[in-house]
Amino acid sequence: MKDTPTVQASVRLGRYLRDNPVIPLIAFLLLLIVALEIMKPGMIMPIRVGRNGIFSTFWIGNLIKFAIPLAMLAACQVLTMLTSGIDLSAGVVATVAAFVCATASPLVGVGPSILIALSAGALVGLVNGIGSGIIRVHPLIMTLGTGLIATGCLQVYQRFVISTGTEIPGFLLWLGTGRTLGMPNGLFLFIPFAIGILGLMRYSGFGRLLFALGSNEHAARLSGVRSWQVLVALYVLSSIIASLAGLLYLGMIRTPSLSLANPLLLPSVAAAVIGGTSIFGGRGSFGGAIVGALILRVIDTLLTLLQMPQGARIMIFGLIILAVTAMYVRITGQR
Amino acid sequence: MTNVQHSNPILDAASIAKSFGPVRALTDARLRVSAGEIVALLGANGAGKSTFVKILTGALSPDYGRVLIRGKPANVGSPAKARASGLIPVYQEPSLIPDLSVFENLRLSGTSVEPFLEFVTKLGIEDIRLEDEITSLPLATLRILDLGRALASNPQVLLLDELTAALPTDLVENVLKVVREQADAGCGVIYISHRFSEISLLCDRASVLRDGQTVGELVIKPGVEEHVVELMLGAKIDLYQREGLSSALPNSSTPRLSIKSLSAEPKLEDVSFNLYSGEVLGVVALEGQGQDELFEILSGFRRQTSGAIELNGNLVSFAHPADAIAKGLMFVPGDRADALLAERSVHENIALPFSAAGSSWGPLKRRFENERVKHAIEKLQIDTRAQGEVRRLSGGNQQKVTIARWLAKGVETLLLLDPTRGIDVRTKRQIYRLVRELATQGAAVLFYTSELGEIPLACDRTIVIFNGRVVDIIDAKDATEQVLMRAAYGLERQGTEA
Repeated sequence: MKDTPTVQASVRLGRYLRDNPVIPLIAFLLLLIVALEIMKPGMIMPIRVGRNGIFSTFWIGNLIKFAIPLAMLAACQVLTMLTSGIDLSAGVVATVAAFVCATASPLVGVGPSILIALSAGALVGLVNGIGSGIIRVHPLIMTLGTGLIATGCLQVYQRFVISTGTEIPGFLLWLGTGRTLGMPNGLFLFIPFAIGILGLMRYSGFGRLLFALGSNEHAARLSGVRSWQVLVALYVLSSIIASLAGLLYLGMIRTPSLSLANPLLLPSVAAAVIGGTSIFGGRGSFGGAIVGALILRVIDTLLTLLQMPQGARIMIFGLIILAVTAMYVRITGQR
Repeated sequence: MTNVQHSNPILDAASIAKSFGPVRALTDARLRVSAGEIVALLGANGAGKSTFVKILTGALSPDYGRVLIRGKPANVGSPAKARASGLIPVYQEPSLIPDLSVFENLRLSGTSVEPFLEFVTKLGIEDIRLEDEITSLPLATLRILDLGRALASNPQVLLLDELTAALPTDLVENVLKVVREQADAGCGVIYISHRFSEISLLCDRASVLRDGQTVGELVIKPGVEEHVVELMLGAKIDLYQREGLSSALPNSSTPRLSIKSLSAEPKLEDVSFNLYSGEVLGVVALEGQGQDELFEILSGFRRQTSGAIELNGNLVSFAHPADAIAKGLMFVPGDRADALLAERSVHENIALPFSAAGSSWGPLKRRFENERVKHAIEKLQIDTRAQGEVRRLSGGNQQKVTIARWLAKGVETLLLLDPTRGIDVRTKRQIYRLVRELATQGAAVLFYTSELGEIPLACDRTIVIFNGRVVDIIDAKDATEQVLMRAAYGLERQGTEA
């Protein structure tokens, strides 16, 4: 009678994409890769220039390798954003864990140094959790503050360990730089990690509470949820994830510094947002964030290939993030 | 421009249709309002009333159909344009900006102060100061201010959506009087309410929606209620039938809940009563007599300043709703929006309490949950066609979800704060029936309602709170509206020995 078929179809498509937000993102990722291949033929499909293999496992491996730490930090953002929070200390925490691990391992050995690194990270998370969950400081302010404090502590710490030198555990080097069948060894950490996060979000009581707190904290409280417990656990978990990402990144970059993983922070927020996570809470997907991290890496490669000056690259990077997010909101009708 | 226009309706909406994915909310809705006419828009839960209102006010665009105001297409699709063409809505939730003063809110909407003050005074709020901040004013006052603002902006058509829900009775009278005057002055009024008493008092005609379709337009005259209900439900029912038989008051000597001299700032002075298992105890009070504080204390949202709560004879106190839930006291708040995760599924909303405790943060117990959630959904007959997101459900179905949550969890003492506010007759009856059934199974139910007529339908006894104190306890069989009303105003009961 009056159901215009086109309206119906577009509504249905919108709803389908809304329920499966990863699909348009993957399409966009493929589009970018095609653009890359057109700009520099043979980069991704070496067969066209006579090398073997249909796709360059080297290039794809490299893409994945550098997307992994970004995707792990994006997990911190997705989880905290679900509760309408954010973790701005994640980059610093990753750096702290990497630096502490590298400087402590000559003194105490590999195993204990990793433990110490993770505990240092978890400590920052605990402070974040207490601040935002119990004292109710806004997570943006809280994690910004603890991030700065942790940076300061790291500088003080550096003076004490300056003579001990650094050593990067061989295991982390293997994980960070090694390859198996052309794919980065980092996947041995990342695949179980990703399954764990996806399972946590969808099939665990804790995951359900994250969504509940972000949708309507009052309703969660009414249902008997003690939100401070959830938030403390969440920020500790987020910092442990950031620490793991930092350790992996250490093995990848191989030179510990006082700002090692810091530049990954804002891209991790961008990856989460591009991946369809709402900063207002209650909606988010880690699958989307993984694709978001891949998209950011491809864009980065694309801009490097264009041989643009650094300033222009950063500008275009920002513009593309805004454009992707706007397009995404349009397609799926969500914020 | 005069005679022809005059006989035409001010507002004429015809053949309106709207679908949300597979759910067809409206198929053929129509509404005509002439100058000086008050038309009641009626419809059961899920009949498509909210969607129709959203289309009339421009919040949604129809898939099909047109809305004319004074013969010209009202550019529906944007609330601002609907407003500009003269259709001014007033909703249950006042649309005033909380952090601004009354004056600033008027400035924002371009309303002139003089007529506004005149209307507000006429509506019965005399002590309003323009520099008062919105947050500092009680809800009932805000509703009046919102209405005053709408009246002052020269509406062609006023749309009043559940305006009198939870307004104190004296204000309701003023509101009805002023709305009538406004209509007599040539304004068209669309009046949405679930209260038949107001409709028969105020309205000229009623337009009834059922399953997305306008099924009848009636002239209001005595006895029309039965016919309206019949149209709304599609089958004849007895409107005033008592749900189930009164369960005899159990003789158990210890009450489930014993409240002793409870007080809390600012309204609750000194409340004591006993709630036995197997009974539904009504709470009657005018707006702001301390009932909100009472429910907040019992549900663990706040602490009393003095007094005690005994549960099965043992002293208890709750620092958090989780403590109250652990003791079997479960709360359904008056505002559905406070209780629901609007963007999450029906299942998740109902199953939320299962994951609340730290010990259940691990893997979800799917089978256990599904069984209980399904049972609760069936028990309450929740329409699950749009179960992906609770906000897509109709108001009545949303309310059922808030109750289903506790049914699934297993309830011992249910605290209901105005659970039937703004929902249709059929859903109300389902809720009465459910409450009676829970009581029969041994639960204790505390049932506050702002509609006095519900007390004899759902409760065994009722306490009446006035000025923060229990002023009377009335048996359901004596609880006529007059008796309750007198008591709610703190008047002595007539014919008692006192």
